[in-house]
Amino acid sequence: MKGEETEVELIKEGKRLDGRGFEELRHIKIDVGVLKRADGSCYFELGDNKVIAAVYGPREMHPRHAQDAKMAVVKFRYNMAPFSTDDRKRPGPDRRSIEISKVSREALDPVIMREYYPKMAIEVYAELLQSDAGTRTAGINAASVALADAGIPMRDLVSSVAVGKIDGEMVLDLNAMEDNHGEADMPVAMIARTNTITALQMDGRLTKEEFERGLKLAMGACHQIYELQRTALIERYSKSENKKEEE
Amino acid sequence: MGLEIVDDIREDYVYDLVKSGKREDGRGFREYRQISVERDLIKRAEGSARVKVGDTDVLVGVKLELGEPFPDTPDKGVLITNAELVPLASPGFESGPPNENSIQLARVVDRGIRGSETTDLEKLCIEEGEKVWIVFIDIHILDDNGNLMDAAALGAIASLLNIRIPNEKYGVTGENTLPIRDTPVAVTMVKIEGNILVDPNFDEENAATSKLTVISNADGTLSGMQKSGSGGLKEEEIAEMVEIGIEKAGEIRESYL
Repeated sequence: MKGEETEVELIKEGKRLDGRGFEELRHIKIDVGVLKRADGSCYFELGDNKVIAAVYGPREMHPRHAQDAKMAVVKFRYNMAPFSTDDRKRPGPDRRSIEISKVSREALDPVIMREYYPKMAIEVYAELLQSDAGTRTAGINAASVALADAGIPMRDLVSSVAVGKIDGEMVLDLNAMEDNHGEADMPVAMIARTNTITALQMDGRLTKEEFERGLKLAMGACHQIYELQRTALIERYSKSENKKEEE
Repeated sequence: MGLEIVDDIREDYVYDLVKSGKREDGRGFREYRQISVERDLIKRAEGSARVKVGDTDVLVGVKLELGEPFPDTPDKGVLITNAELVPLASPGFESGPPNENSIQLARVVDRGIRGSETTDLEKLCIEEGEKVWIVFIDIHILDDNGNLMDAAALGAIASLLNIRIPNEKYGVTGENTLPIRDTPVAVTMVKIEGNILVDPNFDEENAATSKLTVISNADGTLSGMQKSGSGGLKEEEIAEMVEIGIEKAGEIRESYL
């Protein structure tokens, strides 16, 4: 997988294979409130990643012994649809998705005012419909907007992106080709308003300087994503107000 | 349920101590607990190590078996890391399928070893597409007194360094030892009241809201990282933790590997 010699040339004439610059994000599309039954939802596209997140709650926490007397428990389920990958993904949780669910939950925990809802559960479901590397970051971005759409009290949104190293260069937001043949991958999640990192993982091999540069690059991109998330939420709610007026 | 109250009291206690510049066990913030590494104590395993970090006690055993390679890497051996948080090790552990904590533990240790290309997986290939060595690294927790991650990672690399490849048993010919190219070492730190504490003990680990594991190699490069816990970290704090992590890893590598 990673850390191997690159057989594929990923950078040609200073551009990446999909034509992007080193510090360029893939296209992002955000739709808020796309599901009817869920309390909050969001559809998020990052390049060829398509993810839909739904939030239910706060509602009663089951099993009861897992309740927290002081605050709500956030449940996060990251799940890949069987048809979302090149080779069919066997349905149900595997070790990778269990770890990603944990990391994603811990990325969102710091902004959710869990102390408002003791003993309750706030359930977040991120369903990956189509994947192209960076799925966990897309999932976190979608979930964060869905939480806001559900009206869950939050300190801020969480924005997430990965950086990585391909052909010896630190670049932003790897696609699947770059992820498969790259030297390192590092997903980051951040609270943009306070520049607080809430998720950080790294695999592959990086020098300390490359790591620091990568982190800066990711933080900058999180600010960009944050603006898009905010705009999508504002648009959604200014639209529904107009609708009411029309009615 | 009653234990939760005790947990709260212990948490407050840890915070109060840290605020006054102290730790429960009298260590400095940057001070690691006493480490001991005992190798080759499991006769049936091809490699093993028991690592103690303070009262934390972890046994890692490595078994090698012949098997088929993955179709996308027909010329490479397979590395599988698994961790079991057995109920004997803590009142909080339950028997049953692996939970997110044991999965995370195994996957982070695995990532460190993969990221540093510790083992040359191509050397574990016997017959391309047909027969390769499958290396099972099994992490068995015996006593959880905090910072399982570092103990498990150290146990894994210490075991790998002393592998005897069971060629005779499987009737194949080849090298008897596993070529090891690097020695990744994990160093875990927590943030409590704005202070960075190296090698958290059980209470510190519970009290802290954010934790960062930094895995680094002999040349000071990084081969894995994982933040966990429901809190956040600032860029400067991460930079400091990376710095400390690399330095401490160097000390551990020199003394125990």
